[in-house]
Amino acid sequence: MQIIVNGTAHSTGAGTLAALVEELGHDAAVVATALNGDFAPRGARAATPLAEGDRVEILAPMQGG
Amino acid sequence: MARFYNIEVASRFMLGTAGYPSPAILSDAIAASGAEIVTVSLRREGAGGQGAAFWELIRATGARVLPNTAGCKSVKEAVTTAQMAREVFDTPWIKLEVIGEDDTLQPDVFALVEAAAELTRQGFQVFPYSTDDLIVAERLLSAGCEVLMPWGAPIGSGRGLNNPYQLRSLRAHFPGVPLVVDAGLGLPSHAAAAMELGYDAILLNTAVAKAGDPVAMARAFGEAIIAGRRGFEARPIEARDMAAPSTPVAGTPFWQSG
Repeated sequence: MQIIVNGTAHSTGAGTLAALVEELGHDAAVVATALNGDFAPRGARAATPLAEGDRVEILAPMQGG
Repeated sequence: MARFYNIEVASRFMLGTAGYPSPAILSDAIAASGAEIVTVSLRREGAGGQGAAFWELIRATGARVLPNTAGCKSVKEAVTTAQMAREVFDTPWIKLEVIGEDDTLQPDVFALVEAAAELTRQGFQVFPYSTDDLIVAERLLSAGCEVLMPWGAPIGSGRGLNNPYQLRSLRAHFPGVPLVVDAGLGLPSHAAAAMELGYDAILLNTAVAKAGDPVAMARAFGEAIIAGRRGFEARPIEARDMAAPSTPVAGTPFWQSG
């Protein structure tokens, strides 16, 4: 399945957002996720299915002003 | 003490964490500044997991974090980013930025007010990065903001207070509202000037991070903010056009009398 992760095309076998976060090797407790522009809370990732063409954002703490 | 949404802080310095030469210098600069509040952000996570290391560094400083929505250009983006920041940083505080124009990074004040109202409804405590417009300030307060953060000058410009008159006017109109000058400062004297106007705090990043010696500059700003606040509390004299002798005139020696 082809999806967009952080603006880049990505081929995945993950069926849910939680599985995608794990597949990418991110620390699930540190990152925040959004699906197609809407916030996807940590507790809802396992119940959030992915579909062809979905746009996923995975954000983490960074320096800011 | 300054108070922001029922949180009291002794330091009136809020320091940004971006653009330092190294993580160690960032840590040292936070310590030297005396700041108890630091701004942070969210960015796309790469494969290396750099986010966790940065977050550990910030937590080790003991500072309270104020996440921002930097880079957002629409209400939707800003609201989603704020929601993500609340989960990651575990705080209802959000420095709300909705940028309207790239050359000046000027806030889109219409979207800002709309996003502030929505985030307040969702339980956020919003610190809106705004222009110094009086009516926008009123709308932000009506939207639920309990802090206002007018710009001193465009982000990163180092120009200082572009419009002291307007900042003074805001202070006079909203005597009970915590006011923070956010962005555009370059020198400790700029920060002192804002504090002398009666502002409650200063938020800056670039002036410290990009200084030749960020740690020394963080300390200098910290001292200037304290000095400016003390000057304000001491109730300064009014400026006047003509001289007024400071030495008593009674009992002047004979050669000065006719």
